[in-house]
Amino acid sequence: MRKFVRYTAAWLLVVASFIARGQEDLMAELQEMEEEKTEYTLQTFKGTRVINGQSVETKGKGSLEFIFSHRFGRINSGSYNLWGLDDAFVRLGLEYGITDRLGVGFGRSSTDKTYDSFLRYKLFRQSEGVKSFPLTVTALGSFNVKTSPKASDNPDIEFEQRIAYTMQVMIARKVTSHLSLQLTPIYIHRNSVDVNTENNDDFALGMAGRYKVSRSVALSAEYYPRLNAKDNSTNFNSLGFGVDIETGGHVFQLLFTNSLGMIERAFVSETTGDFFDGDIHFGFNISRTFQISHKR
Amino acid sequence: MKRLLLLTFVLASVWAEAQKFRSHSSNVTFFSEASVEDIAAKNIQGSSIFNAETGEVVFLIPINQFEFEKSLMQEHFNEKYLESDKYPKATFEGLINGYNLSIGTSQPASAKGKLTIHGVTREVALKGTLLILGDRAKVNAKFTIRLEDYKIKIPKLLWSNIAEEVDVEVDFDYSKM
Repeated sequence: MRKFVRYTAAWLLVVASFIARGQEDLMAELQEMEEEKTEYTLQTFKGTRVINGQSVETKGKGSLEFIFSHRFGRINSGSYNLWGLDDAFVRLGLEYGITDRLGVGFGRSSTDKTYDSFLRYKLFRQSEGVKSFPLTVTALGSFNVKTSPKASDNPDIEFEQRIAYTMQVMIARKVTSHLSLQLTPIYIHRNSVDVNTENNDDFALGMAGRYKVSRSVALSAEYYPRLNAKDNSTNFNSLGFGVDIETGGHVFQLLFTNSLGMIERAFVSETTGDFFDGDIHFGFNISRTFQISHKR
Repeated sequence: MKRLLLLTFVLASVWAEAQKFRSHSSNVTFFSEASVEDIAAKNIQGSSIFNAETGEVVFLIPINQFEFEKSLMQEHFNEKYLESDKYPKATFEGLINGYNLSIGTSQPASAKGKLTIHGVTREVALKGTLLILGDRAKVNAKFTIRLEDYKIKIPKLLWSNIAEEVDVEVDFDYSKM
């Protein structure tokens, strides 16, 4: 009799365990069946610019970004000039995502009345999972033309002399969800320079980083030391600090920098301000992204 | 008696396996109507197991597989709202009841269980339809999610852009495992 009770109890236990074999098990089973996927890192930087320099970001396929960049005059220009606020230098720019990885951009800066154009391509994407890669790498080539001084008044200046080319590779890692770092080796060729103090070919190694303080706000910094600047060069290395604020389709970047230019040639090679002497410009970049064509 | 124990064990396993369905295709969509722009996304990477015998159902939806019309919206959805790097999956573990195994047409059914989104688990009751026909099964459910319930915070600056409630529709097509 005791044996029967014991067996019945055991039998009940088995049945009960099957009934109780609940959703937890089913969930574990489902998770086991899941194939591992590749997860690509999103938003290493909030915008396509860190401060003056480019970031690894590309615009998604079919999105058009309008960037309005503005730099005021030097803060140390005094109260008569309202600490620089009386002066304004702007770049109006557009960038379009042909694919999620390939983008094309155009811009026009008031500084030296320069037109610029560029192509960027995201070569590698930071990812985890099946295909794991530690870095996002984007290459960017640009071409620009200074239209100042006015051609009709200066017939002796050849068109070629107004041109500059740049090649750069942005190499970035989103180290944590808050911290992203980027290295940017860059080569700049200017067709015409004062060879006593400047090089036709400049090399620089840009360094940039951003730290997200909240979901919508990040702090950023950027430094572009030139590697082969002549000792008697009157120009300075570009340095900048900023705050990114993101709201929906807008990114607002408030910044302080010693550079007036907003394209590589102008801020890497032709920065005339000494940050540590107070030649600092307050400025902002405002970008707005529009989806032009459908993604799917 | 030992034999009975073994037989029960084997039968129970076989029976339980025999009534288990696994999804082979799925479609999860959500829609939110707001003053500035409607937000819609679609995800076909969800997976599910349904045990028709016990009514148990689980599903798992990878958050970063939602596709939006706008790339930027998709990035913000993952990066700022659902925080998909921290909470990569939405899950449901529950029990479907009120259905009849032998009806070969679509029938109304309801499910109760735990829905986990954005790391927050809540007891929910879902209504939908269920079809079991031989080796195939089909589940459809529609429900509404209040973002606040799942601690999905919308920055104040965006309040007019994003609705506080989102309509979700879940479709799974199953075949027997």
